[in-house]
Amino acid sequence: MTIEIPKRTYKGAIRTITLGAGDKAVTVGGETSLPFYLFEGERPNPPRIAMEIWDMEPEDWPEHALEPFKDVVHDPALWAKKCVEDYGAEMICIQMISTDPNDKDVPADQAADTVLKVLDAINGVPLIVWGTASHEKDTEVLKLICEKTHGKNLAIGPVEEGDHKAIGGSIIAYQHTCISSSPIDINLAKQMNILLGNLGVSDEKILIDPTTGGLGYGIEYSYSVMERLMLAALTQEDERLQFPMINNMAKEVWKSKEAKLTPEEDPLMGDPKRRAITIECVTAMLLLLAGSDLLIMRHPESIKIVKDIINDFMAAN
Amino acid sequence: MGLTGIQIFKMLPKTNCKECGQPTCLAFAMALAAGKAELAKCPYVSDEAKAVLAEASAPPIRPVQIGNEERGFKIGGETCMFRHEKTFVNKPGFAIYVSDAMADEEIDKKIENFMKYRYERVGVLLKADMFAVKCESGDAGKFKALVSKINEKTDATFTLMSDSKDVLAAGAEVLGDNKPLLYAANKDNWSDMAELAKSAGCPLAVKAETLDELAELTQEIQKAGVKDMVLDTSSRTLRRAFEDQIYIRRLALQKKFRPLGFSTIAFPNEMTDDPFKEAVIASMFVAKYAGIIVLSEAEAHNLFPLTVARLNIYTDPQRPMMMEEGIYEINDPDENSPVLITTNFSLTYFVAGGEIEASKVPSWLLIMDTEGLSVLTAWAAGKFVGDAMGIFIKKSGIADKIKHRKIIIPGYVAVVSGDLEEELGPEWEVMIGPREAAHLPAYLKLWKAD
Repeated sequence: MTIEIPKRTYKGAIRTITLGAGDKAVTVGGETSLPFYLFEGERPNPPRIAMEIWDMEPEDWPEHALEPFKDVVHDPALWAKKCVEDYGAEMICIQMISTDPNDKDVPADQAADTVLKVLDAINGVPLIVWGTASHEKDTEVLKLICEKTHGKNLAIGPVEEGDHKAIGGSIIAYQHTCISSSPIDINLAKQMNILLGNLGVSDEKILIDPTTGGLGYGIEYSYSVMERLMLAALTQEDERLQFPMINNMAKEVWKSKEAKLTPEEDPLMGDPKRRAITIECVTAMLLLLAGSDLLIMRHPESIKIVKDIINDFMAAN
Repeated sequence: MGLTGIQIFKMLPKTNCKECGQPTCLAFAMALAAGKAELAKCPYVSDEAKAVLAEASAPPIRPVQIGNEERGFKIGGETCMFRHEKTFVNKPGFAIYVSDAMADEEIDKKIENFMKYRYERVGVLLKADMFAVKCESGDAGKFKALVSKINEKTDATFTLMSDSKDVLAAGAEVLGDNKPLLYAANKDNWSDMAELAKSAGCPLAVKAETLDELAELTQEIQKAGVKDMVLDTSSRTLRRAFEDQIYIRRLALQKKFRPLGFSTIAFPNEMTDDPFKEAVIASMFVAKYAGIIVLSEAEAHNLFPLTVARLNIYTDPQRPMMMEEGIYEINDPDENSPVLITTNFSLTYFVAGGEIEASKVPSWLLIMDTEGLSVLTAWAAGKFVGDAMGIFIKKSGIADKIKHRKIIIPGYVAVVSGDLEEELGPEWEVMIGPREAAHLPAYLKLWKAD
């Protein structure tokens, strides 16, 4: 008996998007089948991982998350440099936590200075800049960052319906890439991409942020919306969804209490470092299976494991 | 399924006797085709028609019970490739691997951990389900003693692993009606294994090098009278194992290919030496279709993330997970602690509850039954509005636990405060909390009872 495996043909493909400029630029996307379904499609660019840094010293990170960066967390530029030089980061994502208007509310010019210093320190490695999702403040901060980093092709986000005109305009004017954000909803994701297209953002300059839920905190919603997005892009040729997906997952993973609990607080939860790394890796795995092209991750050990897994998926059979 | 109402109708007696509860045979046929009636309701249908209809209406992936109702679980029975199409139904079982060649201390540790690392989440018990016990000693007596020991000390069910029928028979015997999965029939021993599975009434794992060989084997074994099977494709690299899972499910669901219409067993423990990587591979099998997932470790750091991943992926997308209505105590609150109210959508609870806990401020959290809707959705649906909230707060009994009369509502439903104040009466003060849970700690730290 010879079994014929039912294969699916896909009419659509995900666009390829290049981030950064120069010889360290990274290209994502380009897949022509469901995630890792290499038996019926191509994946010219395997998923990538950006290492997360913060623009200020974190106050609520557990010891095991802080440990690899202990010597550099006081200085975002040194921190970014360490990620690149010691941990081999191919991309950096800076979270503009300090600009949160409900917290430190650091002004835009100071935030932009930090980003410039980080850019200087990472020597051409592509940079993602992630705001606080406060429309007014992000508009100020991200616009200024766009302007000061003209031509560096940073990925800038989250760009949401409420601030897309202002931020999107600067992204176009200063030649960056737009992270199109919507709250776990395929129709809203599409709507955002239509709005960005109308505004004049080029189709070569869009990444989709479907909004990421952590393990145990709604990951199933992200998982299914991402699967539906992939299916719509590939099988229904929905042009406004044919963009690579980015998942800002580290923040979600590491803010959960299960990533932080110490054995004194809950002896049944075992070793905190091993547990947290496993939670980060499992979250990454589910997002990869759902269609992520770009993961933002925190712990160097998690990143190493997930890279290894991606290689295994991409290895010749 | 394959047959239409008309095709079924042709096989019915066409007497319109109404004994099935339907007015005519045609109506009954239509109900059968829609899956809304059972053939057994017709007292006059021929045996031949029964066989044809049973075959045509059998689920494309056979549901198989491992163990028994009391200890054990069901696998298979899945009907979709993607959870959003309907839902995934039968959660995979996590099996902890032990061998009779392992040191006693190692085995004892696993037994202890198996019983210890259990978690409750949204009213669901998260735990490992099974031991996969391998006979490496070649000694049936030793194997039997180990199986017996684990069976007594745990509430697990079992996969028993050996190429020898006699060894498996010895293990199955001590388990009685805790029916183990017998692992595994292969091209050399299948006839003996089928005989054992049949006589012991146990499900049988079938292992082959290719899908073609696997399909041939399951057909032979079925002819020998065994119906409950579980597949192992022998793939132990990530890519191959992933592809096999997709192939098998597609063949079963899209081609109704019966020889591979079974659930699978996966062995992350044999795919890597790195325990982290093993857990990640196991999570791949949670999302991609395995029925049993064998792990080398039973530790909190792998069992917690994996059982949560399983809970999340197997949640019915059409039915949000809900918390029970009531008063939740966070950080050991007292009569002067703040009281917050929110909806019983599990995610709302986890996110808000997590932030309150992180704030370290002792607090009372009132969870109101809004049928699993989140704050804004429940408000829009008229379920999380002033009068309903007021009635709930009064009957919740929170007033007996606190001295003050202040209630914090989510910032997104600030508009209900007037109605709520009216419902609660003048002694209560309604306070508008932050919109986002992330801002709760800052808010609570400033909150004062007087």
